[in-house]
Amino acid sequence: MAFLEIRNIQKVFDQQTALRDVSLQIEKGELISILGPSGCGKTTLLRIIAGLETPTSGSVCIGGKDCTTLPPAKRNFGIVFQSYALFPHMTVEQNILFGLNEQKGLSRQERLARCHEVLEMVGLWEHRKKYPAQMSGGQQQRTALARAISLKPSYLLLDEPLSALDAKVRAKLRAEIRHIQRQLGITTIMVTHDQEEALTMADRIVVMNNAVVEQVGTPQEIYHHPKTAFVANFIGTMNLYRREDGTYGVRPESISISKQKQTQEMENWQGKITQVEFRGPLTRVYGQLDNQEPICVDVASEKAISLCLHPEDEIYFHIPKAGIIRYPAQEVV
Amino acid sequence: MPRQQTLSAPFLARRKALGPPRPATLGMGVMTVFYAVVLLLPLYSLFSKAFLNPDGSFAGLANYVEYFSTPALSVSIRNTVVVSVVSALLGTALGFAYAYGITRTQIRGKVFFRYVALIPLFLPTVVHGLSLIYLFGNQGILTNLGWDIGLYGRTGIILSEIIYTFPQSFLMFYISLNYADGRLYEAADTMGCGALKKFRQITIPSVRYTLINSLFVCFTLAFTDFGAPKVLGGSYNVLATDIYKQVAGQFDMNMGAVVGTLLLLPAIVSFAVDRITARQNNGTISAKASALRVKPNALRDGIFFLLCTLVALCMLALVAVLFLGAFTTYYPYDLSFTLENFSFNQSTGGFQSYLNSIWMSLLTAVLGTAFVFVYACLIERSKCAGGLKQAGKLLSSLPLALPGMVIGLSFIFFFNHKDNPLNFIYGTVLILVLANLIHFYSVPFVTASSALKKLDREYENVSESMRVPPWKTFLRVTVPLSLPAILEIFLYYFMNSMVTVSAVVFLYSAKFKIASIAITHMEEAGDFAQAAAMSLLILLVNVVARGLYELLVAKLHARSRARAVQN
Repeated sequence: MAFLEIRNIQKVFDQQTALRDVSLQIEKGELISILGPSGCGKTTLLRIIAGLETPTSGSVCIGGKDCTTLPPAKRNFGIVFQSYALFPHMTVEQNILFGLNEQKGLSRQERLARCHEVLEMVGLWEHRKKYPAQMSGGQQQRTALARAISLKPSYLLLDEPLSALDAKVRAKLRAEIRHIQRQLGITTIMVTHDQEEALTMADRIVVMNNAVVEQVGTPQEIYHHPKTAFVANFIGTMNLYRREDGTYGVRPESISISKQKQTQEMENWQGKITQVEFRGPLTRVYGQLDNQEPICVDVASEKAISLCLHPEDEIYFHIPKAGIIRYPAQEVV
Repeated sequence: MPRQQTLSAPFLARRKALGPPRPATLGMGVMTVFYAVVLLLPLYSLFSKAFLNPDGSFAGLANYVEYFSTPALSVSIRNTVVVSVVSALLGTALGFAYAYGITRTQIRGKVFFRYVALIPLFLPTVVHGLSLIYLFGNQGILTNLGWDIGLYGRTGIILSEIIYTFPQSFLMFYISLNYADGRLYEAADTMGCGALKKFRQITIPSVRYTLINSLFVCFTLAFTDFGAPKVLGGSYNVLATDIYKQVAGQFDMNMGAVVGTLLLLPAIVSFAVDRITARQNNGTISAKASALRVKPNALRDGIFFLLCTLVALCMLALVAVLFLGAFTTYYPYDLSFTLENFSFNQSTGGFQSYLNSIWMSLLTAVLGTAFVFVYACLIERSKCAGGLKQAGKLLSSLPLALPGMVIGLSFIFFFNHKDNPLNFIYGTVLILVLANLIHFYSVPFVTASSALKKLDREYENVSESMRVPPWKTFLRVTVPLSLPAILEIFLYYFMNSMVTVSAVVFLYSAKFKIASIAITHMEEAGDFAQAAAMSLLILLVNVVARGLYELLVAKLHARSRARAVQN
């Protein structure tokens, strides 16, 4: 039986449906990422799991117990909010002890030891006397994380935990959070709108759009076998073509280009280059097919240089049959 | 326990989700009921009195017909309107010019000018009248120098109301002129607009809502003020003195109630205007606005420096004459120094009335601040029922529309009723505290709720996830982080309670007199020197309160700055 089970959740605010028949099973110890564009309902789902919102219908079971209407204080979770919600008038240590001091079962020694332990874990023990405003964004984020795990919660909720940080710090903290999560073996649910964050950190990804779950799967499944055109387009880039019998998708990195026609196993599409965009190791080539449809291709920058690409050049796009994904015709993107 | 999914109907699930009422909902309910009892029931008594005969039978509009057909009474309506219109226009004009000088020019001494403009707020309105008597009265300094303006009557009331409304108008313009979008002025400069055009096309439109608001607020203040016409009116009757004569002089409660409802009219209109302009004023300054850099201009700065100096001198003169009166034996005949005036006659309340005032104001400040802050906190930050929150918000803005005299009068009708179980508070300090708490409620509520809105909205959620009880989060997080707002509310309640006359004039008892009323009585008895002495004592305690406030706020700021310094 799954550790956390969400069944047929529906949430309606005034006239607006934030969640429509959402069901989900989360296993003990996994890091699951809820990914979707803003307004898709992912934060509402997280708040329902936390008990901060009550679903209009449906149920939430944690550890086999129905918790749908249980208040947050009785659920035993830790949470890191997007804003961190650190108390600005308390030091790092005081922020963490604020919750620990309510644990009447623990002696003062035990509480201090626990505080020491979590601060060591996030590498902030030397900074324990600092106030939040005296620290960097990354340090504040780690303080919030330490505070969230200080009470040994049975699950951890992260609401856009890295969105307020710059790219370098974000990449470093991704690995750090993942490391701590594995070390503690704590079930973690992370809401994000950043696909890279979800792909690099999660055991499984839940892709949401317009109040419904589009797909649940490992990062590899989601990327290589997107079930819907929305997922395909939201995660990575996908060239999409509508035909009478359905929609076809091709990832830009599965396409290769050359100035001559190639062997028969490939689809050979003819077109011309509209723009060449250097992106470091890869170069993205935008083109237009003869039937006016747009296409984009990622090629290794070295190859792009050797091909000597310029806008308006006539070119062949080679597509391996295995790289084409087909979606049912009715779907509109 | 039945499983949740068996409850298919959404409302059943929601009903169950609420469970027993949360403590927040309960607290909110109790406070709302208390607030409604203290505000709405007295108002109801007032209105019902206006439509009843003295014997209690229903009179319909007969009382109003009688009022308007008595020439002496209806004349006071015209008088009140004349005085209020002139005061609103002049008070607003002066407030605007003074605020413009401080915010949009490069004159020196801006901090000094800003504080001096606030002097009238530190004194009861009867004292503005007293100072004017020392300057322009029959034996006034300027009158004796040959400048007789014929103080008593219309002129005096208007002058006094201008002094009263000027700081209010100044504060409103000071805030709105301070927020300027520098980009608009720079864009106008690049298009070659002249100073006058920029003033007419950018400055005036940006403050037009403040302008409308200021006019209405000043009009309402002058319309409902009791202190100035009481001291300076002479035979020139206005509504506020009428109501007092009807109730305290002739014990005609029904006619008093009629005048009370008339006093409400402009306040209700200005309240509506405030609501509308507040809605339209939202977001007129974008977050991207850059500060306006004022360029030097010798002519403009010279004119405004002269104007501000002149106004500041007038303000200082108001206080200076109080010193003159309080510390001389018998102005203007014997100017020898004396402290004799500070030993007050027992008949007017004596020194005890001063102590009573401080006690009442402290009590109002403590209880008022606690009530406002907890109520605002429940509305802004708790998870209590939405309907109660809406009711609380609606009720919070109502006192803004109520003149002090209306509150005082409705309190008599309600609390002095022999069948009222709350009758026992009549004649005690409690009824004065309650009247002040309600009278000055709206501004502190806005202060509290805007401070609470600025706090991170997840604080309570984080605490709850860590199983910290709500009251502990309130005491350890919400209160410490809102301290500047709490201090501001405390000071507002304290200072206003020290200087108020209108709400308490009907409610004080012979056993518990307060200083502002004592001053009124001293002036009536011709004891100007003692009145001046008492005014200085009120000024002193308010200056001390303000000083302490500034000190504490500076300390809080220093502490939060220290917490942001890298070390």
